[in-house]
Amino acid sequence: MHVHRYEQAWFYFTLGLLIVFFSAVMTAALAFGVNVPSPQGVVNPNDLSTTDFAEPGVRQLSDTVYEAYVVGRMWQWDPAEIRIPAGAHLKLYITSSDVQHGFKVMGTSLNIMVVPGQVSLATHTFDEPGEYLVICHEYCGIGHPQMSAKIIVEPVQEP
Amino acid sequence: MAISRNLKALTLAYALLGIAALFVGALFGPLQALDHARIDTYPYLRMLLPFVKSYYMGLSLHGILNALIWTFSFTAGFLLFVTAKALKREYPRMWMPWLSFALMVVGLLCTAYALLTNQASVLYTFYPPLQGPPIFYFGLVLVVVSTWVVALSLISIYRAWRKEHPGERTPLPAFMSLATYVMWFIASLGVAAEVLVLILPWSLGWVQYTDPQLARTLFWYTGHPLVYFWLLPAYVAWYVILPKRVGGKLFSDPLARLVFLLFVLMSTPVGFHHQYTDPGVPAGWKAVHAVFTFLLFIPSMLTAFTVIASIEHGGRKRGGKGTFGWLRTLPWNDPVAVTMMLAGIGFMFGGIGGLVNASYNINLVVHNTSFIPGHFHLTVGTAVTLTFMGLTYWLWPQLTGRRIISDKLAVIQAWVWFVGVMIFARGMHWAGLMGFPRRVSMSAANYWLEEWNAPAMMTAVGGSIMYIGALLFFFIVVASFFTKRVTVDEEEYAFAEALSQADRAPALFERWSVWVGAAVVLILFAYGPYLLTYTYNFISPGFSGIW
Repeated sequence: MHVHRYEQAWFYFTLGLLIVFFSAVMTAALAFGVNVPSPQGVVNPNDLSTTDFAEPGVRQLSDTVYEAYVVGRMWQWDPAEIRIPAGAHLKLYITSSDVQHGFKVMGTSLNIMVVPGQVSLATHTFDEPGEYLVICHEYCGIGHPQMSAKIIVEPVQEP
Repeated sequence: MAISRNLKALTLAYALLGIAALFVGALFGPLQALDHARIDTYPYLRMLLPFVKSYYMGLSLHGILNALIWTFSFTAGFLLFVTAKALKREYPRMWMPWLSFALMVVGLLCTAYALLTNQASVLYTFYPPLQGPPIFYFGLVLVVVSTWVVALSLISIYRAWRKEHPGERTPLPAFMSLATYVMWFIASLGVAAEVLVLILPWSLGWVQYTDPQLARTLFWYTGHPLVYFWLLPAYVAWYVILPKRVGGKLFSDPLARLVFLLFVLMSTPVGFHHQYTDPGVPAGWKAVHAVFTFLLFIPSMLTAFTVIASIEHGGRKRGGKGTFGWLRTLPWNDPVAVTMMLAGIGFMFGGIGGLVNASYNINLVVHNTSFIPGHFHLTVGTAVTLTFMGLTYWLWPQLTGRRIISDKLAVIQAWVWFVGVMIFARGMHWAGLMGFPRRVSMSAANYWLEEWNAPAMMTAVGGSIMYIGALLFFFIVVASFFTKRVTVDEEEYAFAEALSQADRAPALFERWSVWVGAAVVLILFAYGPYLLTYTYNFISPGFSGIW
């Protein structure tokens, strides 16, 4: 097949561009740990009482590591407020007790789908104190626009 | 050979059905754009149309009528027409394409009934466990089956032609049309399985529970190649009609064929890039789909090269000199050429945004933000829609024997749409980067960030301008029923010739079984191991009436 040399050059330019972009993305994923979610097991959304989601809330695991179990239901996040100290590394386990939801924390890269039957895990280290807005980003019915919550990162007092 | 009256009638019927869907679907566009700036205009709409219950009913209509019915109907009419025109023969069984049209109409009526009665305000993605009535899904099944009957019609005319022309290269427009529907047939099997196996029995109450994660995966198996089912007909126009309109030749026929074959091969094993943030898909498989998605960027970049080179060829033949002088000599008064060139410019920005969406972890920044609808209003909303508007102007004299009401008005129409979408999409992308969610009725939200003020205003203004462009289009279509009859100059509406001819394409390009076989292998690789190891979890009862 005849391919004009400008066409060839354009093809190699495109291929080079894609390789550079893809390398950058994968470097961020593998070397800097900015990765997309993976499966964390399944649950029964109709009966969360025998799971870790029975009592949604925050638990401290160590000095700086916290975990939170969050349930999305029409149309609120439970808990609607999460308090952690600045510098905390937060592991968020999230699931839904009804329809699909989406969990997004403004000002961070925390963004994950919440699908009934699935456990979503997203982690983030909150260094900056302040109030972070959490919203539901997947359509879940008429109350969807009111489904927000907050993560409050409290400043740590130096002793 | 002239196109038969029968086929002209069918093409016109399909085009008008699509335009009617767009007319209803587009009505909600400016209301959504204004809502992004927290201006609630639905109370006013309800004075006119009291059955519009909510923002989400409007949004469901907007998505399904514009993204599915307008595109599918117009594509069917256009590609059935160009295939017969290129093969210079009739469809062996004309009842087949008419059957596809009837299925589309009945499917649309079923779906529209469910939507207009607010029973199916589940948006165009209809993610379970949101549950619409069975008639909604039944209607969607008919719409998809209609596209399959179009595919069979194209195959039947191709086989008849092939018998008469053994060993010849398929004329390019017919080759592209066939490739488009072959790609779509393979791609549509995911959503067909989702609706027929998972959703319909569950919506009918035959089974109580479904698996929402599995439904998402099957939906997006089809959901991304759907994008190419929208785009490829526009590519057909850019390859074989636009070069002719600007007075040039297609740069390379074999390369155009290769591009379409790459889409047959690569369009489907990429669905996980819509599911980067899904909990139920391993990161490794998401990365595999990311690689395939990146490779899929290549045929679009080749298209950009070929189309721009062909336009430049035309501009230079019209006397354009220097590096950019050929731009000035292009026919900026021809609405067919102008719509398609502006559509192409919109698509460049759309392509760049698409690469961002495809970029694995970078997607975490934009997933389900207004960046995404900002992106696809440049692709399906402009590259495709504006091209189809131009195709309406191209088809009109051929189908009706009448001129369009005014070339000048049609050129203005194209520019109004283009300026509108540029402002709208700029606002949507910008807001999205600052976390502005899609699918949220902002006038009803209990949160707002100050930094969203400026981009939301751009979105509202741009969206409103787009709607003026749409209204101009509808006006031109209706008014053009009443213009003087003209005789159509066949030469003016001939397809573009190629600089590098079809006979330079390898014979392998005509071996469909090889390309389809390779596409199936890639799909089995991309989805097979995942589906074998996936933890099936049928636990979700349906939720309806929550909107």
